Amino acid sequence: MRVGANLIAGIGLSVFFLALAGVSLVWTPYDVTLLVVGDRLQPPSQAHWLGTDHFGRDILSMIMVGARTSIAVALIAVGVGVIFGVPLGLFAAAMRGSLADEIVMRGNDLVFAFPALVIAILITAIFGPGAVNAIIAIGIFNIPVFARVARGAALSVWTREFIMAARLSGKGSAHISFEHILPNIANTLIVQATIQFSLGILAEAGLAYVGLGAQPPQPSWGRMLAEAQTMIALAPHVAIIPGLTIVLMVLGLNLFGDGLRDYLDPRLRERRP
Amino acid sequence: MAVFVLKRLASLLASLLFASLAIFLVLEVLPGDPAAFMLGLNAAPDTVAALREQLGLTAPLPQRYFGWLAGMTVGDFGISYTYRVPVSDLIGARVQVSVPLAAYALTLSTLIAIPVGAIAASARNTPLDAGIMGMTQLGVALPNFWFAMLLVLVFSVGLRWFSAGGFPGWDDPFAAMRALTLPAVALALPQAAILARVMRSSLLDTLDQEYMRTARAKGLSQGQALRRHALRNALIPVLTIMGLQFSFLLAGAIIIENVFFLPGLGRLVFQAISARDLVVVRSVVMLLVFAVVTVNFLVDFTYALVDPRLRRPVS
Amino acid sequence: MSTLRVQDLSLSIRAVQILENVSFEVGPGEILGIVGESGSGKSMTALSILNLLPRHSQLSGSVTLGGLELSGLSDRAMNAVRGDDIGMIFQEPMTALNPLKTIGSQVAETAWVHGHAGGREASRIAREALDRVGLEAEEFPLIRYPHELSGGQRQRVGIAMAIALRPRLLIADEPTTALDVTNQAQVLGILKRLVREDGMGLILITHDLAVIAEMADRVAVMQSGRVVESGPVREVFRQMRHPYTRKLFSTSAHVPQRTPRAFERTLLDVQRLERRYAIPKRLPWEPQRYKLALDGVSLNIAKGESVGLVGESGSGKSTLARTVLGLETAQGGAVHLEGLPIRGPHGTAFGTRRETQMVFQDPYGSFNPRHPVGRLVAEPLHLLRNGAPKGADRKALVSLALERVGLAATDADRFIHEFSGGQRQRIAIARALIVEPTLIVLDEAVSALDVSIRAQVLDLLAALSERLGVSYLFISHDLHVVRAVTDRVYVLRQGKIVESGPTAKVFTHPEHDYTRTLIAAAPRLDAALKSRFGDA
Repeated sequence: MRVGANLIAGIGLSVFFLALAGVSLVWTPYDVTLLVVGDRLQPPSQAHWLGTDHFGRDILSMIMVGARTSIAVALIAVGVGVIFGVPLGLFAAAMRGSLADEIVMRGNDLVFAFPALVIAILITAIFGPGAVNAIIAIGIFNIPVFARVARGAALSVWTREFIMAARLSGKGSAHISFEHILPNIANTLIVQATIQFSLGILAEAGLAYVGLGAQPPQPSWGRMLAEAQTMIALAPHVAIIPGLTIVLMVLGLNLFGDGLRDYLDPRLRERRP
Repeated sequence: MAVFVLKRLASLLASLLFASLAIFLVLEVLPGDPAAFMLGLNAAPDTVAALREQLGLTAPLPQRYFGWLAGMTVGDFGISYTYRVPVSDLIGARVQVSVPLAAYALTLSTLIAIPVGAIAASARNTPLDAGIMGMTQLGVALPNFWFAMLLVLVFSVGLRWFSAGGFPGWDDPFAAMRALTLPAVALALPQAAILARVMRSSLLDTLDQEYMRTARAKGLSQGQALRRHALRNALIPVLTIMGLQFSFLLAGAIIIENVFFLPGLGRLVFQAISARDLVVVRSVVMLLVFAVVTVNFLVDFTYALVDPRLRRPVS
Repeated sequence: MSTLRVQDLSLSIRAVQILENVSFEVGPGEILGIVGESGSGKSMTALSILNLLPRHSQLSGSVTLGGLELSGLSDRAMNAVRGDDIGMIFQEPMTALNPLKTIGSQVAETAWVHGHAGGREASRIAREALDRVGLEAEEFPLIRYPHELSGGQRQRVGIAMAIALRPRLLIADEPTTALDVTNQAQVLGILKRLVREDGMGLILITHDLAVIAEMADRVAVMQSGRVVESGPVREVFRQMRHPYTRKLFSTSAHVPQRTPRAFERTLLDVQRLERRYAIPKRLPWEPQRYKLALDGVSLNIAKGESVGLVGESGSGKSTLARTVLGLETAQGGAVHLEGLPIRGPHGTAFGTRRETQMVFQDPYGSFNPRHPVGRLVAEPLHLLRNGAPKGADRKALVSLALERVGLAATDADRFIHEFSGGQRQRIAIARALIVEPTLIVLDEAVSALDVSIRAQVLDLLAALSERLGVSYLFISHDLHVVRAVTDRVYVLRQGKIVESGPTAKVFTHPEHDYTRTLIAAAPRLDAALKSRFGDA
């Protein structure tokens, strides 16, 4: 197995942003709650590497703290999807063709009819906006994704003859699902997790942008863009920098996912979408 | 074929029924008393009672749910509590912006993605393929609303080819399409990047199928075999993704309205959320779910048109 | 003048030598058989003639078709040759046709693409070609889709596409390997007739010497990319100058050494077993219909006995195996093992489960690739629950099982991908043996193996049966194998046993029509040579 350029670039970018988020816990160049009206809309300079926004806040510091929000929301949402979706998918595959399988799959379709944005609208309408809403909305959307992927991959493993051998050894469906099925679909699930992670970053930014995600004063990339929108002609860097940050983070995760897939299954190297 | 359509139609109706039940439970049951919720903490008890009466909240839950369903089937979505007009009027005007925008974007994305994906697949492992794949990798990572801001910066602020926002209405279709063009491009390109990658990988899969070798053995050239045998087979997975994309595009359309100050469903629903106008919220949400479910039904229907194994199953 | 002349054909793909100086000729109306085991390069030879090779292929040598030199032709010029002058048929009828197009349009395409005909005329040619392969207009109109046809019918559509323009040469690459014996006989008959009618040359590629003996005029034996021996069938098969030809012959007719024994005690007793599947309803209010997969099957096996079960695909062979082993639930009838019912109140009784094990067909799919061989072989010990040996005892059992099948104890630490197909089947047998069962079900267990490997595995099975007294239920579509290794045989057709009895008797004096058809359809090396060339 060869570690590809994609994987290296992907790991590099992902680790960079994780580190940025980590460092922000103990240190940022400036306090992100510090409003210095005299320094507003400064272009990048020695003092402010990425400039300042319309309240005079240091953009680099806000990006660092915003990384924390984005990564936390997307990561927890992936966790929600995996924890609920994978067992559901394994269960449906083990019960393939039965009424239980049908119910799980129809339930999946039903949740699929609610895009994350719609779930966020519903939650926000009742409980008010916040980063937790974003986690729940994206997390709920992730559940059928993982259930479907897990079921599909598990179904193809269930047809293999070694599963029959395991049944002849007296092992039940649950035992087989965890001993034989799960390890054989783990690669697929890991790759799907990186995809959902990157989609989660994009979705979180979108929700924050329309005000359904993280609320002030908690910095977030999506809200930085919402606030920069009216200033775009005046100081383009305020809008361009957070957007580029999102692109780089998502690009990094996608490259990581692709590279990982190639590494785990080299036969598919040129096949992946 | 008729049986297939009937079955899908039944499952479409079931999905809508369950979805409406979920929406009803979240918006009408979860808050306890919707009237008190909408008026806030400081409302006087008799105002709350009046609103409860006006919204018909005094009736038992099942009656309220079925009343809501029955109303919707004849286009009656109730009266908005903040605007004091029928919700159907509010939605009617805004649907004319959001749905055409999503459809416009889906059309653009398909028109771009399918040829680009096909070119990349037929040029596999060449610099052209690598270039296209690199571009799509970047496209997939673009947040559409940020891309929209960049488009405004370049084409409206800089080049002044398009106005920066607003919508003139459909009286002048040309002006309306023009106003929707930048938003549609912003929505379409990131989705086109995804779709092109799916198209490429799907086509590569079909190129390796044995019927392609059969076609070559009959004397078809590589290009003829690709056009006559591979393309249609490759479109099946692409259709699936297109169905999923419509829901992304609809959500994207609602978000991107903000960038272009378009009077669509997005602005309506966000204002309704801050005004706690649950009647508007539930109607818009139901409408969005209806659109997504219907498009998925159409996708299933298209499958059957493309694939005879679904149209004429052998028992 | 010969139709096709191949001279010094060499092929390498990414610097790996695939073919080396392959030469042969095919005359008009002549059938050339190319025979060899997997990896011998026979399919690549066919693809080289049509120049339909994978990327990074390096081809040298000369291919001439009726005087026209094909090597060095541009892809465009080759397009004109493919399908018009040379037709080709592939092995897998299920995947060789485009599922989205009608059979009519796929056959007509051959005529259309060569500019011989368009529209109505192309349809007429398609109709004629389909008629010639026995797919009559009444039952098989042009608007049929591939999924509405059986495997044998699809293979005939494949032939119709290849011969629609009456090419001078037809190449058939294992055209009957995926088919049942009766379909195989039909397809071979069609090919023979077409060769005679059109006077075309046919290259018939197969791994089956009996097919060659029945069909071919001349034969080329291939081994690792080289033609080791070639000539008229009779000469080659009589003289067998090359040691590899001799080995192919001896292994494909191989009968393991078995001492005849008398069997008394009944081990497995199956009474009127019934298994039905619900057919999915098209509409919810339709009455439920069922497909009877096993229709009152009764069968018994004595201790130490080898019993064969033959039948074509869809006859219910595998369903019977799975139901007997308790992997599927029967709707009627009873299965007793040593007098005890195999199903207790809570599914299959544990006590009876350890008495039965199975060996599967696919040497690649029957092992979890993520576990070392030791763990794979030890898996059935799960049946012993708390009584299962642990630590050193367990290791000793695994070593013993591996050594019994001719592998080394140290193989326990290796992974399955490090073993060849034949070795994997040995590991599968070791896995079945570890709980010391009294009955092993072998479901097409040697069907995927090359003849020389197959002979070794059959020898191993025979030796184990004698040494350990284990009984076999030997399920196969391959009549020769069943004849070579079983004491008694059952013939299954559409879920019913149509005939049973001592193997020798059933094969020499079949009573049921279906058994007779099956036996007559299966090509036999000695019988074919005898009937064609008169001497044995």
